[in-house]
Amino acid sequence: MSDTLEIEQIGSEYKYGFVDEVKPVWKAEKGLSRRVVEAISYHKDEPAWMLEFRLKALEIYQSKPVPTWGPDLSGLNMDEIYFYAKPTEKRDATSWEEVPEEIRKTYERLGIPEAERKVLAGVGAQYDSEMVYHQVREELKRLGVIFVSIEEGLKQHEDLFREYFATVVPPEDNKYAALNSAVWSGGSFVYVPKGVKVELPLQAYFRVNTAELGQFERTIIIVDEGAEVHYIEGCTAPVYTTDSFHSGVIEIVVNEGARSRYTTIQNWPHNMYNLVTQRALVKKDAYHMWLDGNLGSKVTMKYPSSYLVEEGARSDILSIAFASSGQHQDAGGKLIFAAPHTGGSIVSKSISKGSGRSSYRGLIRVYEGAKHVKVNVECDALLINEESRTDTYPYMEIEDDTATVGHEATVSRLNDEQIFYLQSRGLPEDEAAALIVRGFIEPVAKELPLEYAVELNKLIELEMEGSVG
Amino acid sequence: MVNQLEIRNLHAKIADSGEVILKGVNLVVPKGQIHAVMGPNGAGKSTLGKIIAGDPSYEVTAGDILVDGESILELEPDERARKGLFLAFQYPVEVPGVSNANFLRLALQAKKGEEVSMMEFYDRLQRALKTLDWDESILTRYLNDGFSGGEKKRNEIMHMMVLEPTYAILDETDSGLDIDALKVVAKGVNAMRGPNFGALLITHYQRILNYIVPDAVHVMMDGRIVTSGGPELALQLEERGYEWVKELAVTGS
Ligand SMILES: Nc1ncnc2c1ncn2[C@@H]1O[C@H](COP(=O)(O)OP(=O)(O)O)[C@@H](O)[C@H]1O
Ligand SMILES: [Mg+2]
Repeated sequence: MSDTLEIEQIGSEYKYGFVDEVKPVWKAEKGLSRRVVEAISYHKDEPAWMLEFRLKALEIYQSKPVPTWGPDLSGLNMDEIYFYAKPTEKRDATSWEEVPEEIRKTYERLGIPEAERKVLAGVGAQYDSEMVYHQVREELKRLGVIFVSIEEGLKQHEDLFREYFATVVPPEDNKYAALNSAVWSGGSFVYVPKGVKVELPLQAYFRVNTAELGQFERTIIIVDEGAEVHYIEGCTAPVYTTDSFHSGVIEIVVNEGARSRYTTIQNWPHNMYNLVTQRALVKKDAYHMWLDGNLGSKVTMKYPSSYLVEEGARSDILSIAFASSGQHQDAGGKLIFAAPHTGGSIVSKSISKGSGRSSYRGLIRVYEGAKHVKVNVECDALLINEESRTDTYPYMEIEDDTATVGHEATVSRLNDEQIFYLQSRGLPEDEAAALIVRGFIEPVAKELPLEYAVELNKLIELEMEGSVG
Repeated sequence: MVNQLEIRNLHAKIADSGEVILKGVNLVVPKGQIHAVMGPNGAGKSTLGKIIAGDPSYEVTAGDILVDGESILELEPDERARKGLFLAFQYPVEVPGVSNANFLRLALQAKKGEEVSMMEFYDRLQRALKTLDWDESILTRYLNDGFSGGEKKRNEIMHMMVLEPTYAILDETDSGLDIDALKVVAKGVNAMRGPNFGALLITHYQRILNYIVPDAVHVMMDGRIVTSGGPELALQLEERGYEWVKELAVTGS
């Protein structure tokens, strides 16, 4: 790792911004073209149907306009982005010793192998465009749990892969889902067999090292009948002066009676465009939770969605967004009720600091015939400074009048009386403010595993330093 | 060194509106004593307490506040707490999502400037809870969030007992309490009493002074201390009302 770059980090709030001296073994030419898509497919040694799928998706991507209903994407220049960088020849190493030393050191620095030993059931580590490490505990393997890179999923379990791939998020869904479908690389393939309960979380960790690289991971999670799983993703990258781009697609199928949870702690540097499509299909009496924490990035557009397609399905979406100056967090969630006696909630907590802007964008749709749906939406915004900004776009499309729909939205400012009260007991102003913010997100943060809640608290304290007064 | 909290000719206004609230308050609370400040609603008692604690919504225009001879006017509220000051709020503020005990431990550590072990903290809590005849369920609740009026007041005293200030200002901690709760709160304050503790007991009613016998009583009206005396002054006030002091203030000064 380069010392000079570390020194440049001093004074910057972002502590994961170090750069590794790792050169990709192969990198596509800049920009997006048919040739680049073909090259990615070639490097992955894919079946012909996948290349066909990619090329079709590229056409769909090119036919769709850049969305203008949300954040400003005019700074995102596709000609300046590398769409693929292969960090090493070996994919899915199953021991850290097999991972090239420089890369391994980075993950050690981020605490991943240690967390794996202590609190995780399995870890997948993506570096630039490929998963360099993937391992799951032996006893889970024996129970038939599959946790490999998406590429290995396709190679080793082609039938299962094909049954689910692009069924939850088709390329036509939106421009960036189409883009991901064309250039996807990395991500996990997870299968939890019937009745298997994976007690500890599986974690995927995404790291971008190469400047101007786009990362396009694709993840499929299949939770079979009565099974349980908790998947966590985290991400960081060096701070470059040029913008970078991350656009993932996550597809989850939660079969009858299964329970799943997908947690994101998004902490990209503040020059990342982060446009992600995450969707879960929730079957009979199954449950899915999205816990979506967006702290980093320049622009985030991310609305995890759950389609409740069979009777008794339920889903909760919990969202935390923190927007500092120069950041626009456009986050929220979608719940689509397409079967009777389904239910769920969206709880969104956003914080805007400095000239940061956070927007809640949510959709509740209840189809006709989806009887007795119960859904509740709560979105709370906290503004730290005068120039901080928040907006809400709560869309409701309720076609069945047996639905019970609750909606509550609040906007509040950091309260001077609260600060004075805490300060008068001895806490410095910054810490008082950070504590109030932590209290504000507590209803969501308390759902996090302890280690992640602690990490989130630290990030918030860092963000709140010098922000008031 | 003078061991006292001294308010010297304090003038203050509301920072936003410029409305003048304190018009020359003079008051000395020696360490080891408890003084009562009484007065009608709107006299400026709470304002005085908040200004001593450093509330930035008021502006001091003249005078001084000295802790053991040292001016604290330029200090932030948290720095004042570290100098040994404590304000029990008339209206304790609700802070949702922040656990009562977690906050109190952070406050204690901030005040002491060092890590406080779980053991020591728990010890302090246990002592306070025992004196206040209270159970632990209050610790895990969010700070003042959904507390009843009485619970809020009792919690302020609990904080005081754990933080062990040198000078405490208790702003109407007695208001709205039934007689049993009042006795419990008084027990907490009396437990703190000693040569290293001074307090300013702001109250509207004489009642609490039956349980916490003050060393002196001051009467505040319209932004000034208009008269002072011993515990008997509180009884006279109770009998004759504030109108009587008003006359006293006019004729006596
Ligand atoms: N922050 C404030 N904003 C507006 N008015 C205030 C504020 N603080 C105090 N006052 C006014 O100052 C006067 C004194 O208030 P206060 O100190 O609360 O009196 P007390 O505690 O003796 O009842 C009252 O008229 C009150 O309305
Ligand atoms: Mg008052």
